[in-house]
Amino acid sequence: MTTTDPITMQRGQTREDGVAPVIGVENLHKSFGSQKVLNGISLAVGRGETLAVLGRSGTGKSVLLRIIIGLETPDSGSVRIYGEDIAGLALDRLGKIRMRMGFLFQQAALYDSLTVVQNVAFPLEHHRREMSSSEQSGRVRELLEEVGMEAALDKMPSDLSGGMQKRVALARALALQPDILLLDEPTAGLDPISSNEICDLVLKLQKEHHMASIVVTHDLHSAKTIAGRLALLNEGIVVIEGTFEELQNSDLEFVKDFLKNS
Amino acid sequence: MSDRPFSAAAGIEPPFAWLRAVFASPTAGSPKGLITKFLEWFGDLGIFFWRVVRAGVTPPFEFRELFRQLDEIGSKSLPLVALAGAAIGVVLSMETRYSLTRFGAKSLLPAAIVFSVVHDIGPIITGLVASGRVGAGIGAELASMKVSEQIDAIEASAVNPYRLLASTRILACILMLPLLTLAADFCALLMGWVAMTLVEPISLHQFINSGFKGTGFNDFLPPTFKTAVFGLIIGLTACFQGMRTKGGAEGVGRAATSSVVLSSLFVILADVVLVKVIIIFFP
Repeated sequence: MTTTDPITMQRGQTREDGVAPVIGVENLHKSFGSQKVLNGISLAVGRGETLAVLGRSGTGKSVLLRIIIGLETPDSGSVRIYGEDIAGLALDRLGKIRMRMGFLFQQAALYDSLTVVQNVAFPLEHHRREMSSSEQSGRVRELLEEVGMEAALDKMPSDLSGGMQKRVALARALALQPDILLLDEPTAGLDPISSNEICDLVLKLQKEHHMASIVVTHDLHSAKTIAGRLALLNEGIVVIEGTFEELQNSDLEFVKDFLKNS
Repeated sequence: MSDRPFSAAAGIEPPFAWLRAVFASPTAGSPKGLITKFLEWFGDLGIFFWRVVRAGVTPPFEFRELFRQLDEIGSKSLPLVALAGAAIGVVLSMETRYSLTRFGAKSLLPAAIVFSVVHDIGPIITGLVASGRVGAGIGAELASMKVSEQIDAIEASAVNPYRLLASTRILACILMLPLLTLAADFCALLMGWVAMTLVEPISLHQFINSGFKGTGFNDFLPPTFKTAVFGLIIGLTACFQGMRTKGGAEGVGRAATSSVVLSSLFVILADVVLVKVIIIFFP
C-alpha cells in the first residue's frame, strides 16, 4: 500500500508506485428499496484516460457517478480515488478530494439565482480565497473563453440554451483545475450539432488537461468520440469493457443488440 | 394495499389527512406507519439540526450569504409585518374599547393595548407572518434547488450545503425575528393610538404615558426575544423540508406548503411553552 497522500499530491503528479489507478471502483453494489441498481461493478481509470459508461436508461450509470463523487453511498464495495477509499471519510477530507474532481450534471445544475460569471466563480470564491477578485475574474474569463461562452458573461442560466448551459457547467467543473472529470450525459437533450460541439469541447479539454474522465452516456456516437475505452452496463453489471472495435467484434447478444439500436 | 387507503374519490376527508399530506410517505398508510414516520421525521430533524450547528460553528464562515439572507428575511418581510401589526393594532383598539367600556374600565384602554401588543400579540403575529412569508420562501427555494440538483452541485464543488444554505438562513431568521417584532409592536401601538384617538381624542404623549405606566423591561424584553426561538423554528423547519424534498414540481409545492404548516404549528406550540417559561423566570 502506498503512502502518497492524494490530497497533498501536486496536480498532475503520479503516485510513487505508479500502479494505483486514479479512479478505482471495486465490486460496487447499490439498491434503492427492493430495486437493485448496481450489482457488483468494478472499473479502473488511469491518468489521461477516458472511460465511457454506456447502457440503457435506468441501468445505474448516473448512480455510479454519484457514488464516485460521494453524493450517494454504496451498499457494499469501494471507490478509491488515488488509492484512498472515500467511504466513511470525514466531510472535510472528502471535500478536499472533491476539489480535485469536476462534475458535469445531466441537467447542468447551474445556480439559477447567479449569473454565468458568478456560477463559474463559485468554486473559486470558496476554495481560492487567496486569489484577488481581479485574478478570479481573469480566471473565470479564461474558463469561459475555453468553452466558447465569453459572450454570455452576465446572462442568467434561464437565458441560455441547453447546450450553452452545459458549456457553462463544464467551465464551472474545470474551475479548480481538477485531475478527474465526471460527465453525466453531456449530450443528453441536445440537437446533433450542439451534441458534436460538446463532444469536441470535451475532447479538446481532455487533451489539454490530461484528466482521468468517466463519461456516462447512452449515446454511442459521443461515447466513441470522447472515450478510448467503453464499458457497457446491463442489469447492474459490466457486460463488456474494451475499445469500440472490441465491442463491435463481441459475440454477446446484448452487445450486438445495443450497437445495432444505437 | 393501496398507497392511498383514504380514497379522495369517495369524498371523505379522513381524520388528520393534512398531517398525512405533510409527512407524505407511501408507507405511512396505517396509524402505526404514521407514528413511525412522525418519529422518523423528528429523528431526521434532530440529525439535520446537529449537522447545521456543526457546519455553522466551524470555519469558513459564509458572511456574504448571511448578509444576503438578513436582507431577504429581514428587510423584505418588514412591510408585511408592519402592515399586519398595524391592522392588529386597529382591531385591538376597537375590540378592547368595546369590552372595557362594558365593564367600566375604559381608562385602562392604553395600558390594555400596550400590554397585549408587547406581551403576546406582536410576537405571535410576527412569528406567524414570518412563517408564511419566510417559511414558504425558504422551503420553495431550497426544494427547487434540490430537485434541480443545485444542492448536489454545491456539494460536488466541495462546499458544505448545510453551512452555505441552512446555517445562514436559520441564523438570519433568529437575528431578524426580534427586530421584526419591534417593528410590528411599533406599528400596532401607533395604529392602536390612531384608532383610539379617532373615537375619543387623546394625545400620543398621554397614550404612551398611560399605556407604559407600570410596564417594565421584564414585560417587554423576554416576549420580544422569545421570537428568536420562533426564528429558529421557522428557519430550521423550512430548511429541513426544502433540503429533503423529492420529486419535481409537486415536491417543491409540497415542501413550501409543509414548511408553512409545520412552522406555524410549531411557533404556536412553542409560544404556549415560552409564555409559561417567561412567567416563571420573569414574574
